[in-house]
Amino acid sequence: MAMTDNITGYTDFSVIEGRGAGFYTLLAALAAIIAAGLWAAHTMETEGHHVTGMTNQIVWGIPHVFAVFLIVTASGALNVASLSSVMGQKIYAPYARLSALLAIALLLGGLAIITLDLGRPDRLMVALTHFNMTSVFAWNVFFYSGFVALGALYLWTLMERRMNPLTKPVGALLLIWRLTLTTATGLIFGVLVAREAYDAAIMAPMFIAMSLSFGTAAYIVASLAALDCTGRPLDDAVVNGLRRMLAIFVTVVLYFVIVFHAVKLYGGGLQGFERFLLEEGGAITTLFWIGQIAAGSLLPLALLTWKRTAPSRVWLAAAAGLVLAGGLAQVYVIIIGGQAYPLRIFPGREVIESTFYDGVVAQYHPSLVEFLLAFGGVALSLLIVVLGMKVLQFLPRTRVAD
Amino acid sequence: MAGAHKSLADRSRRRFLAKAGVAAAGLAAGMRFIDFPHANAASDPVTGARRWGMLIDADKCARGCNACVTACNDEHGIQGQGRPETDAQWIRKVTLRDNATGRETSLPLMCQHCEHPPCVDVCPTGASFRRADGIVLVDKHSCIGCRYCMLACPYKARSFVHEELTDQKPWSPRGKGTVESCNLCVHRIDEGSGRIPACAEACAREGHKAILFGDMNNPTSTLAKELADDDSQELRADLGLNTGIRYEDL
Amino acid sequence: MLMLLLVICAAANADESSGLLPVIPQAVKGEACVEPTDVMRRDHMQFLMHQRDDTVHGGIRGAKHSLVGCIDCHAQTDAQGAAVPVNAKDQFCASCHRFAGASMDCFECHATVPAGKRASTTLPAWMSPPTVFVARTPSTGVD
Repeated sequence: MAMTDNITGYTDFSVIEGRGAGFYTLLAALAAIIAAGLWAAHTMETEGHHVTGMTNQIVWGIPHVFAVFLIVTASGALNVASLSSVMGQKIYAPYARLSALLAIALLLGGLAIITLDLGRPDRLMVALTHFNMTSVFAWNVFFYSGFVALGALYLWTLMERRMNPLTKPVGALLLIWRLTLTTATGLIFGVLVAREAYDAAIMAPMFIAMSLSFGTAAYIVASLAALDCTGRPLDDAVVNGLRRMLAIFVTVVLYFVIVFHAVKLYGGGLQGFERFLLEEGGAITTLFWIGQIAAGSLLPLALLTWKRTAPSRVWLAAAAGLVLAGGLAQVYVIIIGGQAYPLRIFPGREVIESTFYDGVVAQYHPSLVEFLLAFGGVALSLLIVVLGMKVLQFLPRTRVAD
Repeated sequence: MAGAHKSLADRSRRRFLAKAGVAAAGLAAGMRFIDFPHANAASDPVTGARRWGMLIDADKCARGCNACVTACNDEHGIQGQGRPETDAQWIRKVTLRDNATGRETSLPLMCQHCEHPPCVDVCPTGASFRRADGIVLVDKHSCIGCRYCMLACPYKARSFVHEELTDQKPWSPRGKGTVESCNLCVHRIDEGSGRIPACAEACAREGHKAILFGDMNNPTSTLAKELADDDSQELRADLGLNTGIRYEDL
Repeated sequence: MLMLLLVICAAANADESSGLLPVIPQAVKGEACVEPTDVMRRDHMQFLMHQRDDTVHGGIRGAKHSLVGCIDCHAQTDAQGAAVPVNAKDQFCASCHRFAGASMDCFECHATVPAGKRASTTLPAWMSPPTVFVARTPSTGVD
């Protein structure tokens, strides 16, 4: 049955078929990964965090890397929705619903990981009722939950015909909300005066750029999978637009990364952290150069702009996948690398003995339970998207030209 | 004829007296269960009149001596689990070598009890807080174990409890999944009996006397006089935290 | 239906020695609790939660409602003179909490025995009660 979308004329939305062995196998696999993640969280809660690789030196590990990555990507996944509803780019209108669904799903996955990793997850109620208003984390509790609620409200304005006139104001509020949310996510690290790797206001716009890049990449992968693979229309104009946007956003992220590190490298004698990151950090250095820069930025840029690969949707998907992998590496370098480098408590002195790992680069050996929890969160996001598409009409079926 | 039956008034008066007697007896018995509040010097909350702090003389600190660490562990029931990367350490000994001169120093390092603690700024629930008398504490009833404060601390003073704990000391509750750090032996201070933190006591007992504890706000205290007389410094003074722990001869 | 009625009647008429309600070992110290029993039964969490803020934020220790005070009086002693943890089965805190099905968070962090006493090791804390403890004479009522 036809449903009107009064932005573009008539767009017919439908549920995915969601039948057959392949679909149910996918659901079962996602459910199994989620179950493994829940088991891992349970183990961490009952045994204590000594079963993880996180220590008193590296206090945030793989779960937080994935959670921050999912949250940053969630914010950017709304790009298509913002373009269509707020900036009047009507060609994206049929794809706004999927954009909002993806954003909510990714955020819920990230939230699930971060709350299950808490030392006292049974005290979530305390976190939701006691707020220290100077804490960026406390702001984020508010921003993240508001994001889900506003996202749902935005979907309602899209899906309920009588609410369509509210799409633009709600979309605008959601745009401002997600920019604030991403700023606050970057400032989790940006306000930490104690650590050389952080303590920088530029982390806020850098995280916004990261969200635009990762979110667009995630949307590309999701839309190619959900639309192209189910025989639904995905206009060339839209795909080309997404390609151009991804290339621009990857470049902007590269810009912020260069400025961030160049300033930390400039003059004075405090280049210790940069030397660690760029040269001496072992796994961190490899992840930075190979993961974040080469595979996550330069190679995708080449694939997106080279005339042999640019027109191909397969190469676009590959580039998007690389951006996502590179993004994960970037978040790992930020979170783990920033903690691994020792605090400079005694300038001009070398620590020759300490029982608490002062003055030495901290080692991090992530454990299985951390990966299971992280993958469980990713699987949760995927499950929400897949089930959402099966239950409600998120995807355009046919498009009547206006 | 007159006393054939009791008057209504008599009966009700008797009933009243009986009830009153029972009530009085019950009250007297019940009084046993009531503990009347008595005047208690420690019944008022702490105020900002005092600011507890320490002065640590790195020259007097003996390299290789661990008395302060052992005393702290004993006092608070901190038991090593054989996992140094995750075992809690409220105080540690650090040995330094000056890059330019080669001079070696050793000193104990613990929570610096800043006036503007970064850990308090970032705690989402307000569990990490600074008490009126200057001691920075974790209210473990509110701590959700997010470890953000551990990231924020410029001195890496905080530890996370990575395993189930048993045999806690009644004066130092500690539990799995919460964050903790040196609390200047707040239970000793609150007694009001003049006991000082275990590390300072142990250092004095060993004869080094490198850790001097006292009230920074009291100009007549030994600590205040020492701070006024000699040069002392904060660690990471550029952060402007105004720590309660000061070091000299670093 | 009749069985249900019987059980409810028995519960309503039962006293603490009849086996249906929790058996609370008598405190080893002191004449009486700091509050009347029925007040404590209802309001002990209010007292404790108020007191914990006074203690942690205000530095007030040893007050009337201090948790340490509860444990000092209510922790039983076994034959060897060691103190039995109050969260062990059938001990002071655990017996009512098990009956009410309300979980207790306190002893994740708080000591379960009074200061200076070592914890009973005759049996692990979470297993059956210790060999000897001071209690009311068990009745021969409903089992």
